[in-house]
Amino acid sequence: MEDMLFYDRMQFAFTITFHYLFPQLTMGLSLMIVYFKWKFLRTNTETYNNAAKFWMKIFALNFAMGVVTGIPMEFQFGTNWAKFSELTGGIIGQTLAMEGMFSFFLESSFLGLFIFGEKLLGHKLHFVTGFLVFLGSWASGFLIIATHSWMQHPVGFEILENGKFVLTNFGALFTNEWLWPSYLHNQAASLVTASFVVASIGAFYILNNKHSEFGKLFVKTGVIFGFFASVIVAAPTGDMVAKNVVKHQPVTFAAMEGIFETEDGGSEIVLIGQPDMKEKKLDNKIAVPNILSFLTYQKWDAEIKGLNEFDEDVHPTNVPGLYYAYHIMVGLGTIFIGLMFAAVVQLFRKKLYKTKWILWSLMFMLPFPYIANTTGWYTAELGRQPWLVYNLLRTSAGASPTVSAGNTLFTLLGFIGLYLLLGLLFLMLAGKIINKGPETITH
Amino acid sequence: MELFWYIVLMTMLTIYIILDGYDFGAGIVHLFFAKTEKDKKAITNAIGPFWDANEVWLIAAGGILFFAFPTLYASSFSGFYLPLIMILWLLIFRAIGLELRGQIHNKIWETIWDKAFGIASFLLALFFGIALGNIVRGVNLGMVTNGVSAHEAHYFFLPLWNPTFSPTAEHLGIIDWFTILLGIIGVVALTIHGANWIIFKTNSDLNTKLKTVIFKLNFALLVLVIISLLVWHVIEPKPFHNFITNPWLWIFPLITFTGLFGLFKIKTFTKDGTGFIFSSLFLFGGIASTVASIFPKLLPSTNSTNPDLTIYNMAGEPYGLSVGLYWFVIAFILVVIYFIIQYKVFKGKMDDIGYGEH
Ligand code: HDD
Ligand code: HEM
Ligand code: HEM
Repeated sequence: MEDMLFYDRMQFAFTITFHYLFPQLTMGLSLMIVYFKWKFLRTNTETYNNAAKFWMKIFALNFAMGVVTGIPMEFQFGTNWAKFSELTGGIIGQTLAMEGMFSFFLESSFLGLFIFGEKLLGHKLHFVTGFLVFLGSWASGFLIIATHSWMQHPVGFEILENGKFVLTNFGALFTNEWLWPSYLHNQAASLVTASFVVASIGAFYILNNKHSEFGKLFVKTGVIFGFFASVIVAAPTGDMVAKNVVKHQPVTFAAMEGIFETEDGGSEIVLIGQPDMKEKKLDNKIAVPNILSFLTYQKWDAEIKGLNEFDEDVHPTNVPGLYYAYHIMVGLGTIFIGLMFAAVVQLFRKKLYKTKWILWSLMFMLPFPYIANTTGWYTAELGRQPWLVYNLLRTSAGASPTVSAGNTLFTLLGFIGLYLLLGLLFLMLAGKIINKGPETITH
Repeated sequence: MELFWYIVLMTMLTIYIILDGYDFGAGIVHLFFAKTEKDKKAITNAIGPFWDANEVWLIAAGGILFFAFPTLYASSFSGFYLPLIMILWLLIFRAIGLELRGQIHNKIWETIWDKAFGIASFLLALFFGIALGNIVRGVNLGMVTNGVSAHEAHYFFLPLWNPTFSPTAEHLGIIDWFTILLGIIGVVALTIHGANWIIFKTNSDLNTKLKTVIFKLNFALLVLVIISLLVWHVIEPKPFHNFITNPWLWIFPLITFTGLFGLFKIKTFTKDGTGFIFSSLFLFGGIASTVASIFPKLLPSTNSTNPDLTIYNMAGEPYGLSVGLYWFVIAFILVVIYFIIQYKVFKGKMDDIGYGEH
């Protein structure tokens, strides 16, 4: 039983982590491609259209990866989390079914037209299909986050005697306090990924002295989008999600921040330190007094409950993991803002394309938004443990009763092998497109 | 309400089989009959812009199943765990076979992905037939041994096969001689269907040959269908029960056989789309008849301890099901609109509109 649960969790964690590498770029990049195409319609400058075409190549490949890794996600609720599906299907099935009907059809019908239909449709209609693909992917994100928000903060339901969750208020699913901050935070974060990817490839072209015209356009666009997105990720949206956690999951918040003891006169913010779960303290901690209380409640001396105030049995199951995930996300977020700010300043001083250290930094930043996004999700998911539906349904009560550990391990290993192959192929093919560069597309 | 969602679900699944069915079929034709680079190109272009949207019918049907019959979704997805995960893997191989092949021009690279696409399509057709077989045959709900359930009444788990390969064993496997028979029917029927689609959407040189292939395979299909109808009685004592109480249901078998016999005239059709209509009729009629024969059961129980899973004991709660109606109707209208746009833009032969040429 224990093993089975462990493999079920590993399989879900592995497959969703891998899946989410692709949609974050899909959602952000679709917006940027629509922007390039729009600029082309406005200014009639070929470069913009070719930029759109170049990114569509990467987009198409990335989208295909998103689709093939997304389908297992949809199935896994039933295959690995049967009990959870049975009990909450009336509610989360609602939003997941809407996702299929509203967004996946929209995306997949127009993607083909968008990728192959430029000559067939003309530029205006081509722009419209691009916009619809963008709309579909953002709707998809919305409905997924709505599902996820219900698990974090269940609303609009009632529990029957047999333990089933039934929906009593459909509207509540979409006015959920948890949903909008989370959605905006997540979308801003996916735009961070896309801007960094665009800027990074641009920097690569400039530093390489190849396709420099495009390189400059990519760096400029990436940096402007990236600056705004990075700021929005931290404030207001990051702050809003954090406030939701304090309000509804105080124990999670304490673990995220590494606060073991409730402090009189206000809590400090921890910058560095390793949680020691035996002694219930942080090793070699560096912290700034009272800041956390201020950030959370705008009062220097507000009380923030420490972990030790809560029953062990509702503590997040992996406190150090949660703490690191959160600190990595926030730390990277701070670095992103700093770098993008410096880049924007240089852009306005018209020196960006010559500032080597910024270009090199932008180029090497490519993987980090992915890490920030992934650790962000780990914060959300590890923070929710030991619950599947916060405070109501334990993770251990959600797994499939008849699927044995051996079978789950078998499929987990299969997914690992298969996704390793997919990942390699993706990198190889994306590398090939990038290496060929946008100029070859113009002919 | 249950009935409404049942019809929605079955309609979506049937649309899925008809649409993605031609993709699988095209893959099988690609595997066995496409010899030249030109043939292969014609086949992949015939399904190029469509397969992704076709696959969404499966995802959306899965979503509707989850939403409208959550208990059935939970029970059947965990019970058919292994074949479902394998279907997922095959879907991945089919998709990357199609999408990645053209990215690098190299003989070995192309051969690998051609085979991946073809073999995955073949196995998918086989698996979907086997799946249908499992549903009509039923499963050992609650995993009963000697009258005692090992699990809650609606849960079960099936290994891929058991040593006897018998559909009447107490502990069944996914694959037995009955389900494999339906699997083969699936392969043959979808090969015909896919070949019809290729004839419809391309000017390929392969088309004349494919008509002969369809003609021959259609004989095989007729024989297999008759055998399956005969052995059906071993599995389920009363397959005709519903047809006797509701004679109007005979319309479905009638449609099936119209599709089947119509295809024997394949060589005389003047329009290239006619064959595709007949094979669609066969698939539609075949699925509808099968489903009608077990209605209102969704998954029969092979033991007498635990009851069958039916649309009534599996459905979600009334409030959720009725609000779902509002968004579903809106969404469905939108889907139909996208579908029409898509097929309007890619109307006619794919080679004529220059699809696939960069
Ligand atoms: C580029 C990625 C990125 C960056 C730089 C940040 N985040 Fe984030 N964060 C995410 C990407 C992300 C995410 C992956 O998108 C999450 C996971 C769930 C969600 O909705 O967004 C998330 C979740 C998440 C949560 C957990 C919410 C929950 O439990 O559901 C909190 C409290 C924060 N974020 C707060 C912040 C703060 C204060 C940041 C300050 C800089 C920050 N994030 C930067
Ligand atoms: C709507 C979106 C999502 C839903 C409904 C969802 C649901 C679930 C479920 C059912 C589990 C299994 C129970 C558990 O062990 O925690 C889980 C675990 C997990 N999910 Fe999510 N998830 C979503 C999005 C994501 C994303 C995008 C990521 C990461 C990129 C993610 C990361 C994880 C991880 C790491 C676990 C394992 C946690 C653990 O084992 O403690 N999830 N999630
Ligand atoms: C457990 C949760 C999840 C499930 C069941 C799921 C399911 C799916 C499926 C089935 C697809 C393929 C759609 C197609 O065929 O067109 C897909 C793609 C997509 N998913 Fe997920 N997904 C999950 C998590 C997430 C999360 C957390 C996000 C974003 C916030 C997301 C955003 C997307 C987007 C934008 C696409 C379309 C673009 C692409 O394929 O890259 N998904 N997902």
